[in-house]
Amino acid sequence: MDLTVVWAFIIAFAVFAYVVMDGFDLGIGILFPTFAPGRERDRAMNSIAPVWDGNETWLVLGGGGLFAAFPLAYAVILPATYPLIIAMLLGLVFRGVAFEYRWRDPAHQKFWDVAFSGGSFVAALAQGMTLGALLQGIDVVDRAYAGSWFDWLTPYTLLTGLGTVAGYALLGASWLIWKLDGEEQAHARKLAIRWGAATIVLMGAVSIYNIALNAEYAERWLSAPEIYYVAPVPILTAIVALSMLRAILKERNSKPFWLGIALFFLGMSGLGVTIWPYAVPESVTIWEAAAPYRSQAFMLVGVALTLPLILAYTAWAYWVFRGKVGHEGYH
Amino acid sequence: MLENLDALLLARIQFAFTVSFHFFFPSFSIGLASYLMVLEGLWLKTGKSVYLDLFKYWLKIFAIAFAMGVVSGIVMSYQFGTNWSVFSDKAGPVIGPLMAYEVLTAFFLEAGFLGVMLFGMEKVGKRLHFFATFMVALGTFVSAFWILSVNSWMQTPTGYLLGENGQFLPGESWLDIIFNPSFPYRLVHTVMAAYLTTAFVVGAVGAWHLLKDRANPHARKMFSMAMWMAAIVTPAQIFAGDMHGLNTLEHQPVKVMAMEGHYQSHPDGAPLILFGIPDSETKTVRYAIEIPKMSSLILKHDLNAPLKGLDTVPDNLEPPVPVVFWSFRVMVGIGFAMLGIGLWSLWGRLRGTLYDLPWLHRAAVLMGPSGFAAVLAGWITTEVGRQPFVIYGLLRTADASSPLDAPAVAASLLAFILVYFTVFGIGVWYVLKLMGKAPQPGEYGVKRGDVGPIRTAGITPGPTQNPGGAETLPTEAPGEKEPV
Ligand code: HDD
Ligand code: HEM
Ligand code: HEM
Repeated sequence: MDLTVVWAFIIAFAVFAYVVMDGFDLGIGILFPTFAPGRERDRAMNSIAPVWDGNETWLVLGGGGLFAAFPLAYAVILPATYPLIIAMLLGLVFRGVAFEYRWRDPAHQKFWDVAFSGGSFVAALAQGMTLGALLQGIDVVDRAYAGSWFDWLTPYTLLTGLGTVAGYALLGASWLIWKLDGEEQAHARKLAIRWGAATIVLMGAVSIYNIALNAEYAERWLSAPEIYYVAPVPILTAIVALSMLRAILKERNSKPFWLGIALFFLGMSGLGVTIWPYAVPESVTIWEAAAPYRSQAFMLVGVALTLPLILAYTAWAYWVFRGKVGHEGYH
Repeated sequence: MLENLDALLLARIQFAFTVSFHFFFPSFSIGLASYLMVLEGLWLKTGKSVYLDLFKYWLKIFAIAFAMGVVSGIVMSYQFGTNWSVFSDKAGPVIGPLMAYEVLTAFFLEAGFLGVMLFGMEKVGKRLHFFATFMVALGTFVSAFWILSVNSWMQTPTGYLLGENGQFLPGESWLDIIFNPSFPYRLVHTVMAAYLTTAFVVGAVGAWHLLKDRANPHARKMFSMAMWMAAIVTPAQIFAGDMHGLNTLEHQPVKVMAMEGHYQSHPDGAPLILFGIPDSETKTVRYAIEIPKMSSLILKHDLNAPLKGLDTVPDNLEPPVPVVFWSFRVMVGIGFAMLGIGLWSLWGRLRGTLYDLPWLHRAAVLMGPSGFAAVLAGWITTEVGRQPFVIYGLLRTADASSPLDAPAVAASLLAFILVYFTVFGIGVWYVLKLMGKAPQPGEYGVKRGDVGPIRTAGITPGPTQNPGGAETLPTEAPGEKEPV
């Protein structure tokens, strides 16, 4: 395997880690307006306060890694989706500061709660739409974006945006099932069912749209012999989706969350099949976008040395704050 | 063409605006993280509650400043791609890996241990908590290391090759890239700047509360600690700045000409222009107050050494002189004012009246924000002084931007301005409100409503969520409260 492929997998891993980790805390933001002010909101917020910053760092690794390992892709995708990226960044500003600000002045709390949920929603929607804009293809001429102003705004990108919002809300709700108990946990369960169903429907819709969108995508998924290799992805997805709904209904504690993650993993694998081997679909392959060997090799050393450590202390930080939030028996 | 130019100018303004805002927070939190580590370390060593109280007092402020630093930083890491895509494509192979190292070795470290630092004292015990604080402080330093290496490489690029497609490629050794000629100077000078910035904020808060109550032991402690920093680090900073300037003279002489306001060459000893109004039209400094031959003495250590001026440089390679000239003077002026405060405090200390000098305290309050001003002025000198290049001598700023239309950039710039002033304005106000309250014995930590990750039942408020946990017992004697 050449380094460029290794790096494609590392970036994919970073994006996956980001999507599930920040996914559940953005999801809690998206669901925030449905929580009762006071205790329920405080508990939901406190369940992620110690870890959100670490979760968001994966976004910096995804972006920074892309910059370093595939500079051309970074230089094409970001201008092409400019308004989405700016909206996402501003959304993240609002929801990031809300973690601290909402405790500072009781009179302002309502405002920061709105900032928290609004920011989370905008960030999630923008991320999903960016994904859609990437999948539908980007015009590139002379190593630069050559499309027009509103290429990123189509029914398809809106669909991927909503799918992402729903998926994050599902992750958020299932995280809360795990971290809360009593009435609030029951509420989280209701939300998880609702958003779980929405996620599954939207995932299906995006997949079908994908195939209709682009002949090459259809080829990849529907013609023999490819179909034998890729068929397990949708089949497994269906199985996982159903077991997740079942786990929620059977009032399992942490299982819905893990199955939600599995669902995301399968969704991303599907995306991988669709995109491969492009960094920017149809225009730039990963090899065309790749930084030279020296750059990739140098960074790989860093990743090999630090990633295990990062995973270890991240796990430790989660471990320290394990268990139900704000209840007896939480030590 | 004209439209393109507008988009370029707007992109530059947007970059300058967002990075200046971003840098405000790290320049405070780098120092504050170390200060918190020192406070906690002293508490562990001596067991004196005053250190723990101060730790908790500043921890709340740190949490807000850090959050602002993080969200404004994420904006920066995407801005290279959104607004400077040509730059990203060309320089990515060289600086991208350095920034990736920053994420891997610094950002994860800070973020991973921050949660434990803020909320985890009861959960992990004192020593492990101290370790978390140490990791956060280390992370802020490592972050400065990498990002300053990147910036320095853009100022004094070394160790690269030019690729066929116009990309900069890494050469033989990464060490040549990381330790480029201006990096050591910039690192030392900027990290000390962060320490000074924090010291003057802490000093101002201490002084403010001393003015209200001279006997307040917490105010005394922080004021004294801050004044030691001012007295010791300021001279070191001035020395480092001088070295930095000499290094710049070697590698970016045009920047120094602009800093000095030397439009003309001086074959036998250049004057030091203290003040004046640089006029790029007539290429003179009007109303100049100068010390003859002094500039040659400082820069060349020889009164009669010749110094070249901007007349040796084509006009289109000249940076905007007035901005560089003035921002440099603001920074140096503040540096000497800081030195003055440091010396004044030493004098007070010698006579045993450090806490009884209201005029010193007033001056220290006034100097509270001076670090931020100096840091900003310093960066403006550095960044504007290297224009018109973004990679010095190799890539012009004008050739580095994204193919965006002016209205798109104008809209985003406007959004950043509105959001930043509101969000960070309110954040700064919260910080000031916290600073306005005097630290108490049994100070509470990062308070989180009535329930928290570490709280018991939620009905009976427990001493949780707060390192050292004393929030519900503000009136309790300042004993040595052990976290559970
Ligand atoms: C508290 C902050 C602070 C203070 C008191 C000073 N500086 Fe500074 N200075 C900085 C904070 C700073 C900085 C923010 O850290 C800069 C901006 C970029 C950099 O490399 O450091 C800087 C840049 C900078 C440069 C530009 C280097 C270049 O880019 O080529 C020079 C020559 C000096 N400084 C010299 C001085 C001198 C002679 C000072 C004596 C009074 C001084 N500085 C005080
Ligand atoms: C953190 C403190 C910093 C401040 C206050 C600052 C300030 C500025 C300012 C004022 C400009 C505009 C100069 C002009 O166009 O006249 C600028 C440009 C720029 N700076 Fe910095 N800078 C900082 C750090 C950095 C760092 C760490 C990097 C790189 C990693 C960087 C990269 C750039 C780039 C790419 C530009 C291009 C735009 C331009 O030159 O106009 N800056 N900066
Ligand atoms: C233009 C260049 C810069 C970029 C792209 C950038 C990027 C970032 C990012 C993405 C974060 C958030 C990290 C997280 O998620 O935890 C951050 C925070 C931080 N940055 Fe920057 N940064 C820049 C300039 C600087 C400079 C010049 C310094 C210091 C000399 C600095 C020091 C820090 C520190 C210490 C933090 C931690 C948060 C805080 O202390 O407030 N950065 N930066």
